[in-house]
Amino acid sequence: MTATRWLRHNLFRGPVDSVVTVLVALATGYVLWSAVQFVFVTGRWEIIEVNLKLLMVGRYPDVHLPRVGISLVIASTVGGLLAGVVHRRQLDAGTATRTSARDLVDRFWPVAIGIAMLLALSSSVGPWLVAAGSIGGAVAGRFLGAALPRAFHLPIVVGALITPFALVFYLADGQGWNEWGGIMVNVFIAIGATILSFPLGVFAALGRRSKLPVIRGISTGYIELFRGAPLFVLLLMAGVALQLFVPAELAPGRVIRAIVVFTLFTGAYMAEIVRGGLQSVPRSQEEAARSLALSPVRITFLIVLPQALRNVIPAQVGQFISLFKDTTLAGAALGLFEVLEVGTAITQQGTFAGQELLPETFAFIAFLFWIGAYTMSRESQRVERKLGVGHR
Amino acid sequence: MKARPGAHRGARARPPFWRDVRVLRWAYQLAVLAAVVAFIAWLVANVRSNSEEIGIPTGYGYLDNPAQFPIPDSSFRQTQPVRDAIVVGLVNTLRVTIIGIIAATILGTLVGIGRLSGNWLVRNLARAYVETLRNIPLLLIIVFAYLGLALTAFPRIEDAWQPLDLAVISNRGVVVPALDGSAWALVLGIAIACGAGWLVARWRRSIADRSGRNAHILLWTLATGVAIVLVTWFAADYALDIPELEGRIVTGGIRLSPEYFAILFALVIYTASHIAEIVRGSIQAVHRGQAEAAASLGLSSAQRLRLVILPQAFRIAVPPLGNQYLNLAKNSTLGAVVSYYELALVTSISVGNGAPAVPSYLLTLTIFIVLSLILSALVNLANRRLALVER
Repeated sequence: MTATRWLRHNLFRGPVDSVVTVLVALATGYVLWSAVQFVFVTGRWEIIEVNLKLLMVGRYPDVHLPRVGISLVIASTVGGLLAGVVHRRQLDAGTATRTSARDLVDRFWPVAIGIAMLLALSSSVGPWLVAAGSIGGAVAGRFLGAALPRAFHLPIVVGALITPFALVFYLADGQGWNEWGGIMVNVFIAIGATILSFPLGVFAALGRRSKLPVIRGISTGYIELFRGAPLFVLLLMAGVALQLFVPAELAPGRVIRAIVVFTLFTGAYMAEIVRGGLQSVPRSQEEAARSLALSPVRITFLIVLPQALRNVIPAQVGQFISLFKDTTLAGAALGLFEVLEVGTAITQQGTFAGQELLPETFAFIAFLFWIGAYTMSRESQRVERKLGVGHR
Repeated sequence: MKARPGAHRGARARPPFWRDVRVLRWAYQLAVLAAVVAFIAWLVANVRSNSEEIGIPTGYGYLDNPAQFPIPDSSFRQTQPVRDAIVVGLVNTLRVTIIGIIAATILGTLVGIGRLSGNWLVRNLARAYVETLRNIPLLLIIVFAYLGLALTAFPRIEDAWQPLDLAVISNRGVVVPALDGSAWALVLGIAIACGAGWLVARWRRSIADRSGRNAHILLWTLATGVAIVLVTWFAADYALDIPELEGRIVTGGIRLSPEYFAILFALVIYTASHIAEIVRGSIQAVHRGQAEAAASLGLSSAQRLRLVILPQAFRIAVPPLGNQYLNLAKNSTLGAVVSYYELALVTSISVGNGAPAVPSYLLTLTIFIVLSLILSALVNLANRRLALVER
């Protein structure tokens, strides 16, 4: 299609359309121009440069900062290995698609801009080393994972499951997790609550479909109560009252309180997602398994659940994204030093107080969340297309 | 396999009770129930003993104690009991929820339709709106709308913005025009206008059905409605109360506090981004054949949208829309962060003033769960009315 035809078809189809186009173009142009001015000219980004460490890792002790860097490198390497294993499996199954350079740019440009931004704002060598190590580790892991023989696949997957726990203990060795801050604690709470809420959600979903009335009642009660309750009120309550529910010697710290609430809350939503997946598995699967004389427990865990969980991967990613965004509530409700709380604090206290630098700070934080949420939702759409959910 | 003698008879006889499925089922359920009850009893006992140790009461007697804090923008005084403070908080929650649901639905529908526009610029602008707002934390938008917009970007009262001389926008809040006169008369007038409009529409439709000619249904209906509203307007002697700025004092109009503006604005633009996706998905979920069939019947593109596609899309959109409305109601508790006195903030402050924490928060949670149940009952009702009657 030639340029003029494209313009006529997409922008100037009639008099009304043309007027709309011109007006919208003027408004968009003005907003874009102001945004570019803000980012490159008028924005005073010193506040981010000075407080970068606080925003990323809170008050993590300087001597132990290499632990954070090493953890990031390990995490990206393991992620690369997993991606490689998945690719290898798809190659063997004949479902792999070729990834072009353009695809990679299309998938990861927000992450690339994010890394570039953080490096531009940082004032030491550490972040450069970490970035180089993480990218190198991810790429090397991706190719190594695809090249290793099948015998390595199971150890790699098991290792990947153990890694988060190992890294948490490694990091907690530098500073106890109840003192963690910055976006590190947002990520920690989101991942921790997701991992813990997963079994809870699966069992609640199975319970809600059970034929036994008592089990069904308990599961339904749990799911509906936590889905009807506002997360913020639950967090406020946990902040002042969670220690009353357990013996005095078990009184939990702030991060644990947050994880308990997020786990219970997410578990209820996870249960509804898994229930949707269970309903999407055809009845004939269960009937076929029964005709093979499998026991009910085996039917559930070997036949029905794997198919159900596969179908709801995208919905689970969506739940993880909203959990990740909701971790900001922990700052306001529990006084946790997470990234939004840090951002509000640095604009109102210290050297930058009263200089109205909230737009700069919040734009930075919003962009961090946007990169994570946007990339994850795009990747999950890709997985959805690959699995062909809804197309079979 | 060779049948053992007596196998037939054995199948009929009852198995021993520890292998009887019916017995096992009940034993299993009783065991789980006992475990859950024991766990809850353990929690309750912990709360009791821990509260006694620190000396906090566990009952609901605190509801009659004086609240000891005032609530801005209301007639609530600090000598009134906690019970009344909770009612004021609930009213404030509902104020955000109801107005927010209406505004978010309108904005979200516009953006959702914009995402399917034939105009490349409009389509991508709508997409940018959705992809930006959906992927950043709601709390960040709320805090920014309060600290960044309502308190700092808005001018001081001396040089307030007065767009079209209709509203007064300053960092002391937004004052919008109000209706002067009996609100009930207007509500009644609108109700009568809707009823009459419906009757007229039916009458014109029957004419159109009989004669086969265009009976200008929309025109007739609108004319009837507008006429009745105008008559009520003048009969009840209405006037628009437009706010005016004199020096540093605003007279007339309705004042929205910066806190109310911030929470409402943030909730609306955030929820609208989710509603837009629902609207878009629902329109795209209507089978292509429907639009093609309508086109082959000679309907114009506007008629296709209004008569064929939107009614079917709306049916698909109702359940997820209901979910978004529930989310908006629950997210209104974030108003507490910008000191908007809704339920969560009222509860939190009264707990800080000495009300026992566990009963207070359980009460607030119960109110929200009841609110959720009412909202989802309404959505289910709408869903049942709209659902396709299957053959």
